[in-house]
Amino acid sequence: MNNKQIIEYNYDVAVVGAGHAGCEASLAAARLGYKTVVFTVSIDSIAMMPCNPNIGGTSKGHLVREIDALGGEIGINIDKTFIQSKMLNSSKGPAVHSLRAQADKKNYSAEMRKTLENTDNLHIRQAEVTKILTEDNIVKGVVTSSGTIYYAKAVILCTGVYLKAKCIYGDVSSNTGPNGLSAANSLSQSLIDNGIEIRRFKTGTPARIDKRTIDFSVMQEQKGDEDITPFSFTNKPSDIEREQISCWLTYTNETTHEIIKENIDRSPLFAGIIEGTGPRYCPSIEDKVMRFADKERHQIFIEPEGEYTNEMYIGGMSTSLPEDVQYNMYRSIKGLENAHIVRNGYAIEYDCINPQQLKLSLEFKNISGLFGAGQINGSSGYEEAAAQGIVAGINAVKYIENKEPLIIDRSEGYIGVLIDDLVTKGTNEPYRMMTSRAEYRLLLRQDNADYRLTPIGHEVGLISEERYNKFLKKMETINAEIERVRKVYVEANEETNAVLKYCNTTTINTGTSLSELIKRPELNYQKTAPLDKERVALEREVTEQVENMIKYEGYIDRQKRQVEQYKKLESKRIPDNIDYFKVGSLRKEAIQKLDSIRPSSIGQASRISGVSPADISVLLVYLKGK
Amino acid sequence: MHNTETITALCTSFGNAGIHIIRISGDKAFYVIGKIFKKGKSQKTFDVNKYDSHTIHYGYIFDGNKCIDEVMVSIYKAPNSYTKEDVIEINCHGGSFVARNIIMLITKFDVRMAEPGEFSKRAFLNGRIDLSQAEAIMDVIKSQNDYALKSSVGHLRGDIKTSIEGIRENILNEMAFIEASLDDPEHYELKDYGNILYEKIMPEIGKLEKLSKSYKEGRIISEGINTVIIGKPNVGKSSFLNYLLNENKAIVTDIPGTTRDIIEYSINIGNMCLNLIDTAGIHKTEDYIEKIGIEKTLESINKAQLIICIFDMSREFDEEDEYVLSQIKGRNSIVLLNKSDKKCNIDLNRLKDNNIDYIAFSTKTGEGFDLFTDKLENMFYSDIIDVENEIFITNVRHAEAINNAVQSLKLVIDNILNKMPEDLLIIDMMDAYNSLGEITGDTVGEQLIDKIFAEFCMGK
Repeated sequence: MNNKQIIEYNYDVAVVGAGHAGCEASLAAARLGYKTVVFTVSIDSIAMMPCNPNIGGTSKGHLVREIDALGGEIGINIDKTFIQSKMLNSSKGPAVHSLRAQADKKNYSAEMRKTLENTDNLHIRQAEVTKILTEDNIVKGVVTSSGTIYYAKAVILCTGVYLKAKCIYGDVSSNTGPNGLSAANSLSQSLIDNGIEIRRFKTGTPARIDKRTIDFSVMQEQKGDEDITPFSFTNKPSDIEREQISCWLTYTNETTHEIIKENIDRSPLFAGIIEGTGPRYCPSIEDKVMRFADKERHQIFIEPEGEYTNEMYIGGMSTSLPEDVQYNMYRSIKGLENAHIVRNGYAIEYDCINPQQLKLSLEFKNISGLFGAGQINGSSGYEEAAAQGIVAGINAVKYIENKEPLIIDRSEGYIGVLIDDLVTKGTNEPYRMMTSRAEYRLLLRQDNADYRLTPIGHEVGLISEERYNKFLKKMETINAEIERVRKVYVEANEETNAVLKYCNTTTINTGTSLSELIKRPELNYQKTAPLDKERVALEREVTEQVENMIKYEGYIDRQKRQVEQYKKLESKRIPDNIDYFKVGSLRKEAIQKLDSIRPSSIGQASRISGVSPADISVLLVYLKGK
Repeated sequence: MHNTETITALCTSFGNAGIHIIRISGDKAFYVIGKIFKKGKSQKTFDVNKYDSHTIHYGYIFDGNKCIDEVMVSIYKAPNSYTKEDVIEINCHGGSFVARNIIMLITKFDVRMAEPGEFSKRAFLNGRIDLSQAEAIMDVIKSQNDYALKSSVGHLRGDIKTSIEGIRENILNEMAFIEASLDDPEHYELKDYGNILYEKIMPEIGKLEKLSKSYKEGRIISEGINTVIIGKPNVGKSSFLNYLLNENKAIVTDIPGTTRDIIEYSINIGNMCLNLIDTAGIHKTEDYIEKIGIEKTLESINKAQLIICIFDMSREFDEEDEYVLSQIKGRNSIVLLNKSDKKCNIDLNRLKDNNIDYIAFSTKTGEGFDLFTDKLENMFYSDIIDVENEIFITNVRHAEAINNAVQSLKLVIDNILNKMPEDLLIIDMMDAYNSLGEITGDTVGEQLIDKIFAEFCMGK
């Protein structure tokens, strides 16, 4: 007898992929008490950073803070493993201050793996998932390449770039994921069989160069901040102090551009070998040179991959040109004349889904209990992936519990903007978060992510009582200080005017309130300390918010009013079973769009391209009549 | 949708009806009427709370200290109104001029123009209209929205569209640059951008203000200039009128005027239209009936946009002429010396001493008519508008949108001067961009993101 025995397991939640989305998703589900299994093609690739060696950056930093505020892991993990930290845009308005940290890649991955391994209810399994099991449009589990069945009440797809992955440079291509990791070649078909629409996207990465072959003396050093801000609200700056490592700035030049132009016909992108759509935010260097022909030079950032290695990441020069061209191109750059390439730059193509097939909960509309998070949904970036991961993890649990899903709206967080954009508007390129995508960004600051989302994280169950009480206390302190400052009256006298003169601002003839003075461009909370006798020393995370709330009060109030208008439309729910063909008076295009996207509220419907204000009026009237 | 916003619109058809009704609906309706309406002859401040619903009140609409019209105001308190919201209806005098002025005044108080069919829509949404009417109303909303779209896009003169689109594009370019530098600070430097932005925004404000001014001009073009002809009896008022009628294929009308005067004739002269108001001649009299007529004339003179003042050149200047002359002091007027074909007996120095320009005119030979037309054009179009080549705004909604855009851009300027960070300036720039989009019919979409990527090389 040689009967193959089919092995079966039972889980609550199965997470396919252990990248940045998969880690957050599986941690959230397991921490909420549900038996969870997370699959990875290689145990060594958990939370791997196959591209840039940093976390955060403009608007992405906001996402990290928000994930942390909800009770996610990414912020804590980068705080453990960063080697340089910088607040971008610090000279600009508070809405666009963005935190970015260089990571030690190996350490980042190892620490996250440790966290996963030590989380109760969570099993890691190295295996390729080849099939989704469904029954009457309800997900039942997954099957691995060995034929083992993992039954699960909810399944979260976090496949990253691995679905039918293909790495390409010049005329060389291989059907693998990053770093030669095996691709998942079967799962796409299973998704198609389940009625899911698949599309092909592409992204790319630059070469890595041996540090010993780089001449840093001709480059500009890029140091980290002296006063660092932690990503996680659970850390104080003093908790994470460490020696920082520098990045370096150099530039492309005319020779570089010549080399690229001469060889452009050998680029798989321009030769048409690559079919997938690439991101506009991170174009390859060949794309930059061809599209912005009048630019004389492009900035190149040389960033360490970590403390464990000599490999340096060549930021700004992602490429899929042939190897010989890559050598010539990199070596034409000041400081890289003798560069030794450790890994080639390459483009990678992969299957992903049209995210308009998802609900705002990230559950597939046509398959109950199946969720998607990360690059499979058409996004790009570690932070974007992690943000969707935690939401999908929470909502898988909500699904099992038969509860209303967690939906963060556009006025509550960048996470909400990200998911609403993907699900409602769709995307034709790998979607990157940008501050310009957030309408209410003055309210969605990185400094107040906890104010916005920690109560939600607490309600969900990912924020401990201890952390929540600390948070409440912080909010109390902030509010009390704002109240106090509002009442402080500053006399017009010599002493006051001496302070004002020192700060290069106009003196006063009559007394005024302290908050009016803080609003002046030359002044801030800190600088007015001598005018505020009662003030006690408070933590920076407190004073920062006090200052923002006072200084930008007018704008903040305006945005709050805009949000009120927005919320009114969001709260007008559209029933799941609405038949748009029966509404009447809707334009054909609108019927099609509404029927395929099936928005959950009037607000969401109004953001669908092709649905006009007239159609929205018709819908409102129709719903009222129901 | 803006269901809580207060809205206003003319409820009677635009045109020269004898009376117009303007409706205001929403939370602010009572507040607004309190601001613009003075009750009774004594012009007392009006507080709606003191009066019952469904009452009607006599008084005047004021724009600051300026009286716009004598009106009747009806109060409907929620929910006992058409829309089930607080509603005010103003009955004002006919002619679109007064009505538009009142509507423009109302919209200064954070009240916006109603969408076509919006009162009915609110009535329905607030449960005022029963279900059987729903279908019909949806069709109305739809067709009216289509119409609104057409009138905002299709009916827009091509050059207005081009001009507004140009201004929008300039605002978009600035926003795209700022956003690019916010999203990619390592590649795009914003340092001291405030000064540059100031220089870029100021001309756009100038262009918009010019368009806004052209609204007044445009209104003159579309509605005509209310004109009175004065002079003592027998100086040739009738022959001048007949001359205009014969020469200009006038449309003789009996359109009720804006002031309960009768506009007898609407005459196109050059690019303009004169609405001629019939008046009695001015002269000294003891006759009671005649006195009433003359008083009425003087009232008309006060309300007219143009006074054409006629003297007989062949006769000497007398006391009555003197009196007529005194009526035009400080007013928009053209002095015609009729009968230039006869011997001049008038003392021209009298006019010159008073700095009065005159045109010698003959209804017999037509002498002076060209001068008259030129003078007219100079007066009403000044340097602001060249009807053939310049663009002008005639639609009240467009004028409102332009004014909003100007307000937003002025806030941008204020905040540049206050050294506010650039990311906050975007909020007002976006408002201006959206206001102008209401005119061109463009809704907000992905233009900003697309522009950023089209113009700037982003990311590592």
